[in-house]
Amino acid sequence: MGDNQKQNYLTHPKGLMSWLLTLDHKRIGLMYLVSGVIFFLIGGLIALGMRLELAAPGNDFISNETYNNMYTLHGAIMIFLFIIPAIPGALGNILLPLMLGAKDVAFPRLNLASFYLYSLGAVFAVYTIISGGVDTGWTFYTPYSTQSTSNVIPMTIGVFIIGFSSILTGLNFIATVHKMRIPGLTWYKLPLFVWALYGTSLVQITATPVIAITMVLLMLERFLGIGIFDPALGGDPVLYQHFFWFYSHPAVYIMILPAFGIISEIIPVHSRKKIWGYKFIAYSTLSIAFIGFLVWGHHMFTSGQSVFSQIVFSFITYFVGIPTGVKIFSWILTMYKGQVSFTPPMLYALSFLFLFTIGGLTGIFLGAVALDIHLHDSYFVVAHFHYVMQGGTIVAFLGGLHHWWPKSFGKMYNHTIANICAVGVFLGFNGTFFPQFLLGLRGMPRRYATYDSQFVELHSYSSFWSGILGLSIFFAFINLVWSLRKSNTDDPGTNPWGAMTLEWTHTTSPPHPHNFEKDPILEHGPYDYDKVIVEPTYKK
Amino acid sequence: MDTLREYFFPKQVSTFAADIDNLFFFIFYSSVVLFAIVVFGMIYLSVKYRLKKDDDIKLTSSKDHSNILEALFFIIPLILVSITFVWGIKSYLKMVIVPDDAIEIKVTGQSWFWTFDYPDGGSTLNELVVPSNTPIKIVLSSKDVLHSFFIPVMRSKMDALPNRYNVMWFDAAQEGVYDIFCTEYCGTGHSQMGAKVVVMKPEQYRTWASELGADDESIPLDELGAKLYTKKACNTCHTLDGTALVGPSYLQTSQMWGKERIFDDGSSTIIDDNYIRSSILEPQTQIVAGYQGVMPTYQGLLNDRELDALIAFLKSLEVDSEI
Repeated sequence: MGDNQKQNYLTHPKGLMSWLLTLDHKRIGLMYLVSGVIFFLIGGLIALGMRLELAAPGNDFISNETYNNMYTLHGAIMIFLFIIPAIPGALGNILLPLMLGAKDVAFPRLNLASFYLYSLGAVFAVYTIISGGVDTGWTFYTPYSTQSTSNVIPMTIGVFIIGFSSILTGLNFIATVHKMRIPGLTWYKLPLFVWALYGTSLVQITATPVIAITMVLLMLERFLGIGIFDPALGGDPVLYQHFFWFYSHPAVYIMILPAFGIISEIIPVHSRKKIWGYKFIAYSTLSIAFIGFLVWGHHMFTSGQSVFSQIVFSFITYFVGIPTGVKIFSWILTMYKGQVSFTPPMLYALSFLFLFTIGGLTGIFLGAVALDIHLHDSYFVVAHFHYVMQGGTIVAFLGGLHHWWPKSFGKMYNHTIANICAVGVFLGFNGTFFPQFLLGLRGMPRRYATYDSQFVELHSYSSFWSGILGLSIFFAFINLVWSLRKSNTDDPGTNPWGAMTLEWTHTTSPPHPHNFEKDPILEHGPYDYDKVIVEPTYKK
Repeated sequence: MDTLREYFFPKQVSTFAADIDNLFFFIFYSSVVLFAIVVFGMIYLSVKYRLKKDDDIKLTSSKDHSNILEALFFIIPLILVSITFVWGIKSYLKMVIVPDDAIEIKVTGQSWFWTFDYPDGGSTLNELVVPSNTPIKIVLSSKDVLHSFFIPVMRSKMDALPNRYNVMWFDAAQEGVYDIFCTEYCGTGHSQMGAKVVVMKPEQYRTWASELGADDESIPLDELGAKLYTKKACNTCHTLDGTALVGPSYLQTSQMWGKERIFDDGSSTIIDDNYIRSSILEPQTQIVAGYQGVMPTYQGLLNDRELDALIAFLKSLEVDSEI
């Protein structure tokens, strides 16, 4: 550790105010990380509560009302308070300037403002939970949401405010990528995580205003009785679905693109191999971000759209599938003739490839209109999006956390425990969600507090494994946090994995408060494992 | 293949069910092959090129593309999804083009039950009766929030909207009693908003349809009430054994007959015939303390004799509580 420890962003400057008013992107990222993970654990506990209830048919522990509140909060917390803001906010904030060789993001004050907007939105969400919850589903479908007596208003205000945080972060990242790169760091020399954040940011600033407007219209309808979505007032509920999914489908790419970026970093580093198809991955990120805007109608295959719209939306949906498929093959081929180490980040990345492939392939089933009619709003859909969101995004997030943890904190965690937890997450996840595909095929509808006894076997199986999944995630976090104890002297050094990007090669672990002690000079590309040998500073 | 189909899917009852299941299996087997390639490639490459304990770190291959492989990765999935897309649309068109000779049944969703109105008059609650081997056109709407009408064995589903009609159809090839679920979240009773579809032989259906609405004149009031209790979906929210669901149990109300009932605004009334009548017809005016005012009105859904019957049934519970 030595002298590095004396001057790093964690310990310098000191004091509570130096954190609350910090303009340092790393500290802001860390605050996102802590709040995001807390919400993730809350959302996860709620999910475990639901699985416990669903272990057997009938209302065993909780009433229908409580169940409806729980599934709404689970979805809203995971999506609006964890995945969307916290992954770009945490890993994006900590890493983007470091990867570009910059001292900070383009607008540090705006960055802090984003965090406080997120916090304010979170306060509204927490108020919603404390004051009795909300029971509309995270989708707030009208006219139920205009008629429900639960706390729809504070939750939608929360979503509205968090939307602004998302927009400002996106804006900041785009400006940072354009303006803050060091000389010589051209677009094709950017780490793919930067490309992914760039694509994410584009979607954030273009799609998020639509959800903000939709939430305002919903509030106007509830407050003033203006008929927009509620037929009783002269509105149209399907219009709401169009507005909602016009944001929420692109939002899926806000959630998954950063995960693609993380995987594009982990696999080459831990395979010590140049990434396969750099340009393809970079451009497919942008094209997926664009096509993502044109497929929202596939969420509405049973709402009575015209036959023509159904066909068009089905057609475009497949255009997202193909570049995504080629990406998966690129990541796999990256290992060809490399030197693969089965480190915890790599295990998460391999687990991602397995789970996300299932998530993607099951999307093909849902894109075929005739088949979707049967599967729509069934457990098949629940399983599909959990394979994408949890098996994809959250597994990649856990991988990224293990990958950059030694950089962020200057401490190495216990690899054996981390590997066991990674395997536990993989097994627990499949055990929980694979049976749900079968439930959906057999006709089990989603958002049911109780169910018919014909479904009991698969449901109890799913509930059992969800316990394993929950424990594995919990211990994965404990293992990480435990590594921060003072007595842990396992020093990862500046570059434990022998990576090529600037955050590893040119700064200490944890980084200096101003990122780099002197201006970094670019010596090689992000994946030049065929040209330069960078020795890892950590040997197990 | 057939055992797998039976394991994955509910029975195939509608005429287009087999086609949809075949589409599923086409995508399924293609996916299994693609997935096997992914998993095999992943395991093979990661194990073959793993860094062994005493390997030195060295420069690795600069190979990062292969035109043939990339073309294959692009073309093979493209062919597969093209087939899927066209198949999906062809089957879909079969599902939306309603035959001209279809029997039209009006289906209305309301929190939390389904009403079925038949072409020759008469209606049923939570039990859809249809003839086999006859196209049935379902015209859907909702009286309140969104619902979705799903019959798994028919592989058919459509949302019920409050402001416009949606249409679906099926032709059941097999007699039997099958599940209907609500698949669009609609509040507290969403998971109990189930119904049954009874598929009977056409001649049987004709007899049934002609008797519809004509029965129930001769049986005693409390027996009729017992039938209505399930037929009109009272049982979705009110139990007979004293446990509280969405609404108070009939048994509890019956045991409190002649006693005082407290409402959520602090007022109260004595439980009698008139109270029960008004709480069925105007449920929103007096809400029992501790419950939410979510019951819809049954105005127009019950005639006077049926109201009398339900009241008689409820009163009979106290004496006869083993029902």
